[in-house]
Amino acid sequence: MPQPQLAAIAVEKAYRKDKHKIPVLHGIDVEVNKGEFLSIVGQSGSGKSTLMHLFGLLDTPDVGEIYLEGQQIDDLPEHARDQIRNHVFGFIFQFYHLLPELNLLENVLSPLMIRYSTWEYWKKRKQFKQDALEIIEKVGLSHRIKHRPSELSGGEMQRAAIARALIAKPQILLADEPTGNLDSSTGKEIMDLLTNLNEQEQLTIIMVTHDNLIAAQAHRTVRLREGQIEVLGKSKSASVPA
Amino acid sequence: MYKSLLCLRYLRTRYIALASIISMTLGVATMIVVNSVMDGFSTDMRDRLRGILADVIVETNSLDGEPNTQDLKDRIQRAVGNDIEGMTATVEIYAMLSVQYGSQWQSKPVTLIGIDPATKATVGPLSKYLVNTSEASIPDWELSPAAMAYRKEWTTRAQWMVDRWNHNPPPMEEEVTPVEKPDSAEPLAPPKFDSKSDFESPFDSKPQVAEETDSLSNPFDKELNESVFDKAEKRDPGSPLKGRVYIGYGLVSFPYEDPDTGETKMFQIVKPGDDVKISTVTAGHPPEPTHFNATVVDLFKSEMSEHDSSLVFCNLEYLQEMRGMIDPESDEKSITSIQIKLKNPEDAAMVVSKLEEALPAGQRFRVRTWEDKQGPLLAAVEVESAILNVLLFLIIAVAGFGILAIFFMITLEKTRDIGILKALGASSNGIMSIFLSYGLALGLVGSGVGVVVGLLFVRYINEIEKFITFITGRKVFDQRIYYFPEIATHVEPMMVFWVAFGAMVIAVLASILPARKAARFHPVESLRYE
Repeated sequence: MPQPQLAAIAVEKAYRKDKHKIPVLHGIDVEVNKGEFLSIVGQSGSGKSTLMHLFGLLDTPDVGEIYLEGQQIDDLPEHARDQIRNHVFGFIFQFYHLLPELNLLENVLSPLMIRYSTWEYWKKRKQFKQDALEIIEKVGLSHRIKHRPSELSGGEMQRAAIARALIAKPQILLADEPTGNLDSSTGKEIMDLLTNLNEQEQLTIIMVTHDNLIAAQAHRTVRLREGQIEVLGKSKSASVPA
Repeated sequence: MYKSLLCLRYLRTRYIALASIISMTLGVATMIVVNSVMDGFSTDMRDRLRGILADVIVETNSLDGEPNTQDLKDRIQRAVGNDIEGMTATVEIYAMLSVQYGSQWQSKPVTLIGIDPATKATVGPLSKYLVNTSEASIPDWELSPAAMAYRKEWTTRAQWMVDRWNHNPPPMEEEVTPVEKPDSAEPLAPPKFDSKSDFESPFDSKPQVAEETDSLSNPFDKELNESVFDKAEKRDPGSPLKGRVYIGYGLVSFPYEDPDTGETKMFQIVKPGDDVKISTVTAGHPPEPTHFNATVVDLFKSEMSEHDSSLVFCNLEYLQEMRGMIDPESDEKSITSIQIKLKNPEDAAMVVSKLEEALPAGQRFRVRTWEDKQGPLLAAVEVESAILNVLLFLIIAVAGFGILAIFFMITLEKTRDIGILKALGASSNGIMSIFLSYGLALGLVGSGVGVVVGLLFVRYINEIEKFITFITGRKVFDQRIYYFPEIATHVEPMMVFWVAFGAMVIAVLASILPARKAARFHPVESLRYE
């Protein structure tokens, strides 16, 4: 059995609110293989977003470990975790989370600005801009590159967010309710974009959603209920369908 | 890269933060203005003091003076010769200046300084302060042609009046008050001079007592008696007397308000060419009162009211003669002080201590710097400026708290963005440096604008003063009260640098706490914030 690309092993997480401890995840095991499109489904409060944050190293598990290609990554020092977030993961959020002060092109380029020092970025800026324009073209926003996020529609913002996630050439795309704030037809466009990326570029995608129809477009579905895995999805096989 | 980009964008889009640095701008501007004005005052004053009094002064303790002048000079030369640019021997003594105006005598206490203009010029630019002498020339004791003509005119008139008096004396009625002389309407009546003293040897001159020059007696009494019957034929009254003086402008002029225009004008009662009377004491034990008449060669106007209203410069040799400071046997001329100009005025303290060592003990000499003479005033200015600096810096510190408060608000507003940046891989230090450099940028803008405003204010301060006077109708800077005719300013580049630098440091310090808080935001918490 091939080594999973990303794995959560027996992770537990609880939030503290004042003196109360609110358990969110109770010992979850999830594995994702390279090129797989996994959806995590659950109701509000089921812990699906928390699980994704743990995968994306935005948070640390109380118990359990996260492995990236066989290496434990949840206990790395903060600097290394920042590096992994920048190099390995691409994030897509329900509320797009673009930076309002920057225009579309600058938003797309922001992961590269973070990765490189000013001097290095300056040297390679033409190459980066070329890459960014290609990706923006791919998400169909070429006519909007100088616009601020406030001048874009929801669907456009989400596509910009996807472009931003792709510019850093991530290995794994983490999408938190990518269609949650969009109408169904725009949501479908976004899902088509994600499916294409998965199929054409063999990009591993972990998508969190509460919508079963959306979740059904993934290869495999993990269903969370009150912090535990309820049912395994339609395809139990770990292999990637052709 | 993202740090500077975001920092610039924040700077351009958050106007509320710019509002928070207005107080910093004002603080910086005020500090620059206050320091420049204070500095201008002391610099100007130092310059003038040096010009008049020289850098270091060696004084004898007794007013009898030191007869062995050359020996003293040699010793000074040996001790600090390398640091000296010039020196001049003077006689400095307190005196009473009496000026006749109309029928009244006005007397004022003065410091009488006997100088030799040629060597005095090596010590300080005296000619710069003389009203009718060009700045470049070395002043001598000769009257200018205009002054000479003026003198000729009034002496002739006086002579004529004396003649008329003699040939046709008015009836000696008891009712006639003595002040009513024939030409009392004449505003610039000549001061009376005592021709007798010009021809007497100073050593056998009797101390003259007040009755002899009773101000209420007819001022021409004496001319009537002496010039006509005794000595008038011996000298031309139009030629100047042997004693020559430069008189401080403030001693012989008075400000008055023109009733028609309301402007302040100066009213001058003595012109070059007039004679004045000077009373002082002789050298010797005990000192005897003495007085002599002298012709005013020029007026002296340093624009420093204290000096202009207290100094009278006299020709050194004549003063020595009148005070009996010339030894009849050895012909040695005593002096009371030596003024020294240094190559580097900052060395004054060092030169003073060297001279104190080199000059003979026995407490015969005192060595002082010009600063000691005006020390309390300059020290007061310095204390004032230090206190003002502290107060104004507190204003900038208050601006710092404004920045602190606004920054906390901005970090709260930017919580989500901070979460995004962290999700994209930005480190906590990176987040912190965004806000620190934002603080620095605000400080840069705030103090930069402050520096420009401050320098412009200093540059046009006199115009601004005039404008405020015009608006309010009240004189802000009254030259009758202050030392100088207009506000003097001096911008010290290092002062400007430190003020601007201090303001920037405060801006950065004020942004540290909010920046640390921003850096510690938990990315998940920040992203949940919607």
